[in-house]
Amino acid sequence: MIAASPAVEAIVASEYEHGFVTEIESDTFPPGLDEGVVRAISARKGEPDFMLDYRLRAFRHWQTMATPKWAQVHYPAIDFQAISYFSAPRSKDGPKSLDEIDPVLLETYNKLGIPIEEQMALSGIAVDAVFDSVSVATTFRVKLAEAGVIFCAISEAVHDYPDLVRQHLGSVVPHTDNFYAALNAAVFSDGTFVYVPKGVRCPMELSTYFRINARNTGQFERTLIIAEADSYVSYLEGCTAPMRDENQLHAAVVELIAMDDAQINYSTVQNWYPGDAMGRGGIYNFVTKRGDCRGARSKISWTQVETGSAITWKYPSCLLRGDDSVGEFYSVAVTKGRQQADTGTKMIHLGRNTSSTIVSKGIAAGEGEQTYRGLVRIAAKAAGARNHTQCDSLLIGARCAAHTVPYIEVKNPTAQLEHEATTSKISDDQLFYCRSRGLTAEDAVAMIVNGFCKEVFKQLPMEFAVEAQKLLSISLEGAVG
Amino acid sequence: MLSVKGLRAKVGEKEILKGLDLEVGRGEVHAIMGPNGSGKSTLAHVLAGREDYRVTAGTVTFEGRDLLALTPEERAHLGLFLAFQYPVELPGVNNTYFLKAALNAIRSARGQPELDAVAFLRLMRERLKVLYLDDSLLKRPVNFGFSGGEKKRNEIFQMALLEPKLAILDETDSGLDIDVLRIVADGVNALRGLERSVILVTHYQRLLDYIEPDFVHVLAHGRIIRSGGKELALELEEKGYGWLGAEEAA
Ligand SMILES: Nc1ncnc2c1ncn2[C@@H]1O[C@H](COP(=O)(O)OP(=O)(O)O)[C@@H](O)[C@H]1O
Ligand SMILES: [Mg+2]
Repeated sequence: MIAASPAVEAIVASEYEHGFVTEIESDTFPPGLDEGVVRAISARKGEPDFMLDYRLRAFRHWQTMATPKWAQVHYPAIDFQAISYFSAPRSKDGPKSLDEIDPVLLETYNKLGIPIEEQMALSGIAVDAVFDSVSVATTFRVKLAEAGVIFCAISEAVHDYPDLVRQHLGSVVPHTDNFYAALNAAVFSDGTFVYVPKGVRCPMELSTYFRINARNTGQFERTLIIAEADSYVSYLEGCTAPMRDENQLHAAVVELIAMDDAQINYSTVQNWYPGDAMGRGGIYNFVTKRGDCRGARSKISWTQVETGSAITWKYPSCLLRGDDSVGEFYSVAVTKGRQQADTGTKMIHLGRNTSSTIVSKGIAAGEGEQTYRGLVRIAAKAAGARNHTQCDSLLIGARCAAHTVPYIEVKNPTAQLEHEATTSKISDDQLFYCRSRGLTAEDAVAMIVNGFCKEVFKQLPMEFAVEAQKLLSISLEGAVG
Repeated sequence: MLSVKGLRAKVGEKEILKGLDLEVGRGEVHAIMGPNGSGKSTLAHVLAGREDYRVTAGTVTFEGRDLLALTPEERAHLGLFLAFQYPVELPGVNNTYFLKAALNAIRSARGQPELDAVAFLRLMRERLKVLYLDDSLLKRPVNFGFSGGEKKRNEIFQMALLEPKLAILDETDSGLDIDVLRIVADGVNALRGLERSVILVTHYQRLLDYIEPDFVHVLAHGRIIRSGGKELALELEEKGYGWLGAEEAA
């Protein structure tokens, strides 16, 4: 196959669609972080003492830590004193219904194409929209409540369900886990809380759209999903952020807990602003996501479609503690322009007959650089554990790169592991063939890329699979000239 | 409908086509024969618009348009089709999906309404029947893992579906058994019945037993060195190319 070619080489960044800034009065802390700021965040939210204690413990621990350096990404040192740690739209009380929400906010969501109003009823999706640090709209809470499902902002859960929060928060990702997890625990401002009681199948897809708006605010959401025995929930998170010259930090923590026979599907469609073609601006996405298959036969499935961020650094992971529990990771990551992604998963097999599946599809265009980094660990007690890993990379052009770094640690001889990896390239021959049939080069790339990602897309709920395909085509628009 | 005058083209620094002339009228079938390396595939690719072949002189008009000024997809929209000598594999791209996208791209470029899934499937079934193709190929990724014969059949199927005004078949007959050869011939003859034109690039007389060409040309050293009727093909079969001073091109 011919290596570089003029046709495939002409990679350019398509315009970022969601790069508008919402003019809205917000209540923003001055930049800087010390114990006083942590206390002020807690006070602003009227938190009970246990939360303040939790934050302070995390903050003190964070102060002893250094930023991690091991990922295959390059960026200037982040000045944590230059970031503001709290920003909220200015309004006295939280809105009670959609009518009370600032129309400017609603307009923002409309521009993002988020179906927050009536369409939602038709598609049967409940949306918890997070605008900067405060959750502003929660729909369908009533219907969910009838089923016994709790779906609310985590700041509300702290007040309304303190026992659940106290019991589970930090039980999957302790504040000591890593630098960004510690920071998040100290300063997280809001996020989503989901609780599905025993035996309940959540009656609708749950979905949160996050949006970073205010300038220089890091966003530190915290998500906690608890699926009690024999329950089921499917959750989708989607993200966009405005176009800015400076880089913004996003350091979220997501914790999932699945008890006996419970299943959690967690899907992410992420198109944070990736920065411009020169690598200016864009979101730094450093996220800790971990699912705990605590119960026997429980199952946690991560599906992610990542097209955005200047730097993505995340490894949605599964702790397979329960016997016969199942962990899955399906990922599509796109890097173009100067984007960097170091992403993958960790499957930690602790229980017997646990099994995990990893399907990673990496697409690199322009000068995009990406690394799949995956760990499969089979503990000594995990007899009969199985893993299947499939890692495929697709290169568009000759200046991009894809690396695969699998780590395998096996302490039990009965484990069965399979690993497959491929790298392919969209060739000029393929483009010419498609074009000679009447398709544009863009259509051709979209078609080949969608074919490449099919295995992952089919894991997404139908509506979002369509969305994800569209997103990929938009993101690779102009990827060939 | 197609008029090629004094066409010269380079691949890299090497000149392959050295002043080629060819006139193809509506409903005509032209066979182009010639030794290996004489430039047959180069001509086919230049006509289809491959960008790494550089045209240095000459003109090509197709349906009254300057063909050389158009992109490959615009040429396809105008009704040009190339059946590749080496069809390209598209892993992960479903064949049916690909065909539908191609047909609809061409239709919408012509201002025709796109076919929905039902109408498309109906059309596809109809064409499959005519060509006695089984439909298992349609469920697989485009050309991916196809045998040589399956790839060629798939090209012909695409041709039957897209109904081009001018089809160029680049050695579609090489390496095919008689059954597949018949399918190719059926496809070409069906087009011919529609007053469409065909350029058959071939090595062998064999295909011409099933498709009677209106004209036969011999391409050697980047030029058409001889043109005639179907009897020229028979003569070539008998005497080889040497007789025309067109031994293997250097
Ligand atoms: N991509 C290429 N790069 C360099 N030379 C090429 C390339 N493609 C074809 N050629 C050369 O051009 C000449 C004509 O090739 P081609 O058109 O494929 O001949 P034919 O189809 O008649 O066998 C040959 O000498 C071949 O080696
Ligand atoms: Mg050839």
